[in-house]
Amino acid sequence: MSNLLEVNGVSKKFGDFRALNEVSVSVPEGSIFGLLGPNGAGKTTLIRIVNQITMPDSGTVHLDGELLNPSHISAIGYLPEERGLYKSMKVGEQALYLAQLKGLSKAEAKKRLKYWFDRLEIGDWWNKKIEELSKGMAQKVQFVVTVLHDPKLLIFDEPFSGFDPINANLIKDEILRLRDNGATVIFSTHRMESVEELCDEIALINKSNKILDGKLVDIKRQYKINTFEVGIRTSDNNQLRQELESKFEVSNAKFKTLDDELKVNIKLDEAIKPNDLLNYLTSKGEVSHFVELIPSVNDIFIQTVKNN
Amino acid sequence: MNHLPLIIKREYLTKVRNKSFIIMTFLSPIIFMALIAFVAYLTQLNNDKVRVISVLDESELVYDVFKKTEQTTYNILHGLSLEEAQALVLETEGTGLLHIHELKDHTIDSQHITFYSEESPSISLISDIENKVEKRLTRLNLQANGVDVEMINNSKVNINIEQESFDGEKTSKMDRLIKLIFGGAAGYLLFMFIIIYGNMIMRSVIEEKTNRIIEVIISSVKPMQLMLGKIIGTSLAGITQVVIWLIFGSVLMTVATIVLGVDMAATPQQQAMQQAMENPEVNMQVQNIANAFYHLPLTNLVIAFILFFIGGYLFYSSLYAAIGAAVDNETDTQQFMMPIIMPLILAVYIGFFTVIEDPHGTVSTVFSFIPLTSPVVMLMRIPFGVPIWQQVLSLLILVATFIGTVWFASKIYRVGILMYGKKPSYRELMKWIKY
Repeated sequence: MSNLLEVNGVSKKFGDFRALNEVSVSVPEGSIFGLLGPNGAGKTTLIRIVNQITMPDSGTVHLDGELLNPSHISAIGYLPEERGLYKSMKVGEQALYLAQLKGLSKAEAKKRLKYWFDRLEIGDWWNKKIEELSKGMAQKVQFVVTVLHDPKLLIFDEPFSGFDPINANLIKDEILRLRDNGATVIFSTHRMESVEELCDEIALINKSNKILDGKLVDIKRQYKINTFEVGIRTSDNNQLRQELESKFEVSNAKFKTLDDELKVNIKLDEAIKPNDLLNYLTSKGEVSHFVELIPSVNDIFIQTVKNN
Repeated sequence: MNHLPLIIKREYLTKVRNKSFIIMTFLSPIIFMALIAFVAYLTQLNNDKVRVISVLDESELVYDVFKKTEQTTYNILHGLSLEEAQALVLETEGTGLLHIHELKDHTIDSQHITFYSEESPSISLISDIENKVEKRLTRLNLQANGVDVEMINNSKVNINIEQESFDGEKTSKMDRLIKLIFGGAAGYLLFMFIIIYGNMIMRSVIEEKTNRIIEVIISSVKPMQLMLGKIIGTSLAGITQVVIWLIFGSVLMTVATIVLGVDMAATPQQQAMQQAMENPEVNMQVQNIANAFYHLPLTNLVIAFILFFIGGYLFYSSLYAAIGAAVDNETDTQQFMMPIIMPLILAVYIGFFTVIEDPHGTVSTVFSFIPLTSPVVMLMRIPFGVPIWQQVLSLLILVATFIGTVWFASKIYRVGILMYGKKPSYRELMKWIKY
């Protein structure tokens, strides 16, 4: 799989403030790429560079193998975090205008808008003014405008803020569908659970530097802690716990069960296989719960940012 | 990609469809007409009132100069004492009493003449009376000293110097006046247009920021195109409004004249004009004015007016756009208004004080090339004859500065998005300008 977007050693300073420092990122074609980082890390600056709103001080950006140039504007769909629409314009007119700015003909834009408006069930808003819509409703229009010209690269900055769970899900499904239809998605957010759900690859930026990137699975594997959540029914919970503590590294578990079982997290050495542990446990009682503890993106995020 | 027509169209349509714009377009001429009608009505009211002035002329030398007019009736009193006359005027509620003492040898000072009234009389009434008495007494004095008044009148000469340039172009004093009026009107028109519609352009540039759509727009179009589109679109909306005002205004005027029977043209000044027209001396003047008009380089003037008006307007608009680009909201713009209006006022002053004195002097010439003042100053100079190359050069400078300012404004605009309230350093600004 080739890379649609290649960011190579990009640096950007605003006055004395260094917003990006030698950041390199590769976004594979057809993937959903999570751009993560705490507030003020430089994510938005990077996104703006890709959108040619600002130029990097040094470094290069290639889209589809070509050095970034103005003709790429119509190949990118961008939903910024700071977003709005012309308040006094009607929904349909405005969407047509913005689509035409992205290079669509009026007829084509109209056809596609009709399709999308029907799809998101907002067809009867065409003649409403934006100021008559709620924030969530306006966001839906913005989403349609972002994807309408069928861009190769979609960039969403906090796409779910302002949506209720139902609409957030709707948008999430649309993003996945766009990916399946061949679009590449860059996705910047603080909401780790949506990263977990959607992203194939991530890059973590902190204090202007990229500190982590790669496939989400690989990263998780890298952060694997070999710990298992165990729930077991025995006659004497305390005795078993002491027994386990003598053999393994044991800590308190956070998960919940229905009955009053012994709940612990057990960390294994490299030498011991999970099966060995399971066998041992079944000999002690009835195992109700046995799960490998995989670090969440949230944990990885917090851990890496803190260690950095 | 060239999105300029698209942007112009959107700017134009949003402006023109805006409710307050529509309301003002149709309300302004109505208000304006109503005001004129009201003033005309008031003037007529005033005219209907006839003043009654009693005259007590003790030596009976002057009274016959007071002839009854439409507005004033003179009541000549004979053989009454001052007290009796005053009592009479009070009783009959006359406007006032003019008392002229017994005169000896026609020598007189102002203490000899007194005007008594309940309310202080208008200046025009007093000067009218003074004029009449003065004329009569002067005449009487001249006669008393044995001077032939007819001879004096016949010896009077009226001089009106003919002016002609070496290549045979004739001018006159009246020419100068007409030229001045022409240039002044052009300058004033530009001034009004800029003040009314400049603000609109500025607000239009801020629109994307207040609606927070700026990042989406700026990732699709070049700021330069956006700025140009905004300036042109808003200007077209402004022109539409002015044209509607003119058409609607003249229709209203006609309707008002027919329906209300109020002749709006019949203001006192115009009546006076009409009366004056019948006077042969004034007729000569009118002839002069017509000649002066004929002497103007009309073709040049009309073309130059259109070009400099558009150029000047666009240039000032781009300054307003630059302000809009630099600030985040409208409240921050107030302080920038003065620096824009100042050069415009300066231009008008230079026009009136320098150009009229010496249309081709250094000051006039220099200021007719500086873009801030050239639209007004050059327009005022052209009636006096300016070589075409100068006009073209001045216009080129104007247009180049306009494009430069728009370009600069678009730089500021782009930097403005990224700064998050931080003040950009000059080095940073320079860098941005280069990009």
